Amino acid sequence: MSSDHSAVSVHEHPPPSFGVPNLKLAFWLFLASDCMLFGSLIATYLSYRGKDQLFGNGPYPLDLFSVEVTTISTFDLLMSSVTMVLAVAAIQRGNMFQTRLWLGLTALLGAIFVGFQGYEFTHFYLEGLKLQGNLFGSTFYVLTGFHGTHVTLGVVWLLLVLATTFTKHRGMVTHLNVEVAGLYWHFVDIVWIVIFTLVYLMEYTV
Amino acid sequence: MASPAIVLPEHCSEEKLSGIWSWITTVDHKRIGVMYGVSALSFFILGGVEALAIRTQLAMPNQSIVGAHFYNSLVTMHATTMIFLMVMPLSAAFFNYMVPLMIGARDVAFPRLNAFSFWTFLFGGLFINSSFFFGEAPAAGWFGYANLTSIQYSPGPGVDFWALGLQTLGVASLAAGFNFIATILNMRAPGMSLMRMPVFVWMTLVVQFLVILSFPMITVALILLTFDRMFGTNFYVPEAGGDPLLWQHLFWLFGHPEVYILILPAMGIVSEVLPVFARKPLFGAPFVIFSGILIGFVGFGVWSHHMFTTGLGPVADTAFSLATMLIAIPTGVKIFNWLATIWGGSIRFTTAMLFALGFISMFTIGGLSGVMHASPPIDLHHQDSYFVVAHFHYVLYGGAILGLFSGIYYWFPKITGKLMDESWGKVHFWSSLVGLNVTFFPMHFLGMQGMPRRVYTYEGGFGWDIWNLCATVGAFTLALSALIFFINLLKSLANGEQAGNDPWDGATLEWTLTSPPPVHNFDLMPKVTSERPFWDQKYGSTHGHDDTTEVAEEEQLPAEIHIHMPPASYWPMVVSFGVITFFAGLMIHPVVSVVGALTVIVGTVAWTFEPE
Repeated sequence: MSSDHSAVSVHEHPPPSFGVPNLKLAFWLFLASDCMLFGSLIATYLSYRGKDQLFGNGPYPLDLFSVEVTTISTFDLLMSSVTMVLAVAAIQRGNMFQTRLWLGLTALLGAIFVGFQGYEFTHFYLEGLKLQGNLFGSTFYVLTGFHGTHVTLGVVWLLLVLATTFTKHRGMVTHLNVEVAGLYWHFVDIVWIVIFTLVYLMEYTV
Repeated sequence: MASPAIVLPEHCSEEKLSGIWSWITTVDHKRIGVMYGVSALSFFILGGVEALAIRTQLAMPNQSIVGAHFYNSLVTMHATTMIFLMVMPLSAAFFNYMVPLMIGARDVAFPRLNAFSFWTFLFGGLFINSSFFFGEAPAAGWFGYANLTSIQYSPGPGVDFWALGLQTLGVASLAAGFNFIATILNMRAPGMSLMRMPVFVWMTLVVQFLVILSFPMITVALILLTFDRMFGTNFYVPEAGGDPLLWQHLFWLFGHPEVYILILPAMGIVSEVLPVFARKPLFGAPFVIFSGILIGFVGFGVWSHHMFTTGLGPVADTAFSLATMLIAIPTGVKIFNWLATIWGGSIRFTTAMLFALGFISMFTIGGLSGVMHASPPIDLHHQDSYFVVAHFHYVLYGGAILGLFSGIYYWFPKITGKLMDESWGKVHFWSSLVGLNVTFFPMHFLGMQGMPRRVYTYEGGFGWDIWNLCATVGAFTLALSALIFFINLLKSLANGEQAGNDPWDGATLEWTLTSPPPVHNFDLMPKVTSERPFWDQKYGSTHGHDDTTEVAEEEQLPAEIHIHMPPASYWPMVVSFGVITFFAGLMIHPVVSVVGALTVIVGTVAWTFEPE
C-alpha cells in the first residue's frame, strides 16, 4: 500500500495469495470438473461398447465409421489449437491485428469441425443409427454430441472475444481473457483426442 | 494510531442498501449468506412437516392416513429437501458469510457468480417442490434407482421434476465450488498461510473440491436419465442391453462424496466452537485438517459399499470394505482431537458448546453403526432395513444438523448484532437431543427385527408396534424443539441482548469486526501471524517464538481510504431464471427451453460487459 499520497484507492483485493489470477484459477477448476463430466460419459460409452453385438442390435461402429473423414476433422481441430496458441502469443505482444486474425481462424476451424460432426451425424442417421435405436446410438450421440456442444460454445466464446476487439469494450480483450478462452479451447481439443482414440481408432484394433 | 477515514462508493450508501430490490441485486457475500440461511431454514420446516407426515403414518400398524404413492413422495421429498435444500444451503450460508471474514477478504472471488449460485439454488428448490402442485411429487426415492425411474414404472412428471431440479441445484453448487476454492486459495489476508487458516475454512475448501469433482458424475447420470425419459434412449433399459447398475455406480460415485459434503462443514464449525468455549487452541489442528483432506480423498473410493447387495464379487467387495473401514481412522482422529481440545479446558457450557458436544457424541454413535455396514456380510442383513435409517439419521441429524445449530448459536451475534437467548437455546438443545434419540435409536431395533425401509405401512404383531410409536413420539418432540428454536430466533432478532463485537472471546478474524460487520468488512487488510490472530492480538502471541514483530513496524496510514466495492447487479438473477426456464422448458415445450437458453446467453453477455 502506497503511503505517499493523502488518499489512496484500495483495490478490491491484494494480489492473489496463490499466485494465479482468480479467473484463471477458477477456469482450471472448471476444467477439472469438466474432466469428471467427460470421464463419466466416456466410461458409460466404454462399459456399453460391444454390447449391441450380443443383442444382434445393429448398426455397429464399423458399419458406419469412415476413419479418413474423422481423421481430417481431427486434424482440423488440432490445427485450431495451434492458431489459438498464436492468438495468445499475439495478444501478449499487443499485436491487435494478429490477435484478431488468429482468434477468427480458430473460430473458423472450430466451426469446420462442428460442420464435420453435423455431416457425420446426418450420414450415420441416414444409415440407420438412431439415438433411440441401440446402445451404440445412444452412447455415441450423447458423448460426441456433448463434445460438439462444448466446441460450439467455444466458437461462440471466441467470436464474442473477437467482436469485443471492434467495440468500445476492447480494453476487455486482455491477455488473461484470451488465455482463459485458450485454456478451454485446448481442453476441448484434448478431450477429442481421447474420444477419437477410444471411440474411433479402437474399433480398428484386432 | 489515528484511523483513516473510509470512503465507500456511492452505491454502498445507506438508502441504496435498503428495500427488496437491494436484496435481489445484491452481490454482498454477507447478504447472500443470510438469504441462503433463511431459504435453508424455510426448507427445513417443509422437510420437517414431511417427516411428521411419515411418522404419523407409521405410528401404528395398518394405517392409511396417507396413501402408498403419496407416502413414497413424502419419503423422496423429505430426503431431497433435507439434503439438497437444507443441510447443503445452510452450510453454504456459513461459507458465504464467514469464509471471507475468516480469511480477511472483502468479498468472494466472483461476487456476481455468488449471487447466481444463490438464485439458481433457490429456483431449483422451488422448482422441485412445485411438483406438489403439478400432478405428482417425485416418488422414486432420493437415490432415484433405475429402472424404477423409467417411463414404464414412473409415468408421472415427478421424476422429471426431480431430475431437472437436481440438475439445476448442481449448476448452483458447481458455480459456488469454483468461486469458493478461488476465494480461499487466492484471497487470504497477508500472512494467512494455508496452515494458518481456520479449520472451518479448511473444511469448506475440502467440501468445494468434493463438489466440483463429484457433481459432474450425477450430472451425467441425470442427463442419461432425462434422455431415457424424454428422447427414448436406452441407457438404463435392460431389454435393450442397458444396465440399471450404471445408474447406481454414477449415482454413488457422486452420492458418497456427497455425505462428506454434508458432514465436513459441521466438523469445521465444531472445530471453531470447541476451542473458543474450552479456551484452548484446537488440539493437533494439522491432524484435524489432514484428516479432513483424507476423508475427502478416500471418500471417492468407497461408493460401492452402497452396492454390496448387487453382487459385485468378492474382490470388489473386499476393496470397498477395506476403503470404507479406512475412513474410520481419520474420523476417529478428529473425534479424539476434539476430546483432547476440551480436556483440561475451562469450559463454558453455552448453547453453541452444548450443540458441539452433542455433535461429537451423536456423530460417534452414527459412525459406529456406519463401520458395521462396511462389512459386506453384515451389510447384507442391514441393507434396506431401518438399521440403515437409524445410522444415517444419527450422522445427519445428530451430526450435520447439530453441528449447524452450533454454528447458528455461535455466529448469530456476529450476523445480527444480537445474542440468542441462552435459556431457550438450552431448552432447544436438550429437547433436540432427547427427541433425536427417542426417534432414531429405536430404529436400530426395528432394523434388527427385520422392518424394511420405504414401506408405507406394516402388519401388527411383529414386535415393531411399540418402537414405531416411540419413534413417532420422538419425531414430534423434535418438531417441538424446532418450534422452540424458531421462536427463540425471531424473539432474539427482535429484542435480543446487544452482542458487541466479540461476545465469546473469539480467536478468529470475524470477531475483530463490528456486529454486524460493515459492508466492506475490513478497513485495512489484517495481517495474520498465527492460526489464532485475534487471541494473539488480545493476549499476545502464544507461540514460542514471537513473530508479532512483523506488525510492529508502524505503517504510515493515509488520511482517507477509498474502497472499491462491486456494484449491485440483477444479471445474476436473470441468468438463473434462464437456467430454470431452460430446464422447465424440457417438460413444457421446446420453445420455452429456447427462450431459457437465450436468456442465459444474453444475460451472460450483459453480465460480462457490466462495469465491475
